[in-house]
Amino acid sequence: MLEAFQSEFMRNALLAGLLASVVCGIIGTLVVVNRIVFISGGIAHAAYGGIGMAFFLGIPPLAGAAGFALIIAMVMAAVTLKNKQRADTVIGVLWAVGMALGVILIDLTSGYNVDLMSYLFGSILAVPRSDIVIMAVVDAGVALTVWFLYNNFLAMSFDEEFAKAMGVRVGLFYCVLLGMIAISVIMLIRVVGLILVIALLTIPPFIAEKFCKSLKGMMIVSILLNSIFTLTGLWFSYTLNLTSGATIILVAGAFFFASVVFEQARNRYAGSGD
Amino acid sequence: MTMPAIDLQNVCFYYNGNPVLSKVNLSVQERDFLAVIGPNGSGKTTLLKIILGILRPREGTIRILGKNPAEAAGLVGYVPQDTGINKGFPVSVMDVTLMGRIGLPGRERRYTGDDREMAARVLDKVKMWEYRDRPIGKLSGGQRQRVYIARALASEPKILLMDEPTASVDVQFQSELYEFLKELNSTMTIVVVSHDMSVLSSYIKSVACLNQTLFYHGQSEVTDEMIHSAYHCPVELIAHGMPHRVLRKHEHEHDE
Repeated sequence: MLEAFQSEFMRNALLAGLLASVVCGIIGTLVVVNRIVFISGGIAHAAYGGIGMAFFLGIPPLAGAAGFALIIAMVMAAVTLKNKQRADTVIGVLWAVGMALGVILIDLTSGYNVDLMSYLFGSILAVPRSDIVIMAVVDAGVALTVWFLYNNFLAMSFDEEFAKAMGVRVGLFYCVLLGMIAISVIMLIRVVGLILVIALLTIPPFIAEKFCKSLKGMMIVSILLNSIFTLTGLWFSYTLNLTSGATIILVAGAFFFASVVFEQARNRYAGSGD
Repeated sequence: MTMPAIDLQNVCFYYNGNPVLSKVNLSVQERDFLAVIGPNGSGKTTLLKIILGILRPREGTIRILGKNPAEAAGLVGYVPQDTGINKGFPVSVMDVTLMGRIGLPGRERRYTGDDREMAARVLDKVKMWEYRDRPIGKLSGGQRQRVYIARALASEPKILLMDEPTASVDVQFQSELYEFLKELNSTMTIVVVSHDMSVLSSYIKSVACLNQTLFYHGQSEVTDEMIHSAYHCPVELIAHGMPHRVLRKHEHEHDE
């Protein structure tokens, strides 16, 4: 393993994995406790439309995709805030339409053949130095935002109505949250891919929620779990010569099922002990 | 006459074009203890949310101690129903109680020492201090309600609003709850909202019946006429004026 880190691409992959772990741990915790996994999936997939648009218009893909994803996120925020019952349908539609738009626009872009697979599963082994810098900046931005607004996010995630009654501007913070999801997803899309983003957002907080007593603790445990998943996944990927994104997901999935089994066993044991 | 604690005039609210509340007039004096009763779907929760400033009515005016609901955030302490909350949420009793202070300026990032002191005081008041580090999901329904009361009190409200206070609480705790509310009532206005007539304890000073519109006479007598208007069904009132009024519903009301 050690000789693997002699190479720059492996060092970058490692850094990218760790930086992705931080942002996914923080945002993923908020996604899971607010039960907005579906919205996050919608933003991530619809963002593909932004990538297609960026290639079609010849603007930098990251910037184009970020703008597009932010717009989609705000539309989803508006729909959800206005009508919770209907929101999931609208999100499903935006999800599919965004993705289809991306595919068509890339078809129409002459001379450019983007490998769709690399956007679904990412290409963590091909992350350039410049992406690492952007990821570090986004990590810092998200961490600071959540740190500064922690009590608001906690109050609104736990009991939205009460927070509103206390004068917390829940609508605004909800938009901030979806905006952060959009930016994080875009930043991670080339690195780890759409599917891996959802896995890293949801699996660690799901496991952490069972053991943590605070939202803060859940974020920290999620970051640690994400780091374990990406590092272990990269190692398997390297030694067995497998696709890195999929390997990381399978490692996370294995932990997920192990945690479910562990919890059931614990509940059964606690039940018989009483 | 002094300024009312809560004053609603001609409040109308529509949901998808259907009227939920129409022409609701309500004037609650300070230190009143009002029970609003009404069947499911009568607009009770909507009325609460309008008073709290969460929903804005299409028509009508609302004054909370002379202010509009947005300015009055923090003057009204809210104790929601236990059902709407994610019980697996990783948060301690202390942290939930501190949420009562979130409306104060500068609390986004951290609570002050004063906030913690206040939270400790109100937790002690509801006898939940020893559970301060317990996750909120690992409490009984009655204990959780005490914590929600503490959270509401932490904002030092002038008015306390409770949604279905007896719903997830056993009979033993109900009488304790009412003793406690009676004590609070000496310094603050209390409004409880319920579909369950058993909230009509002897500590209640006035009663209103809600079913889209409000039947309210500003007194503690529940008249047959009020009940009939709200429930569209005769409900017997037994033992009027006893320490605990007992109201029995008619048989065919049980199947809701």
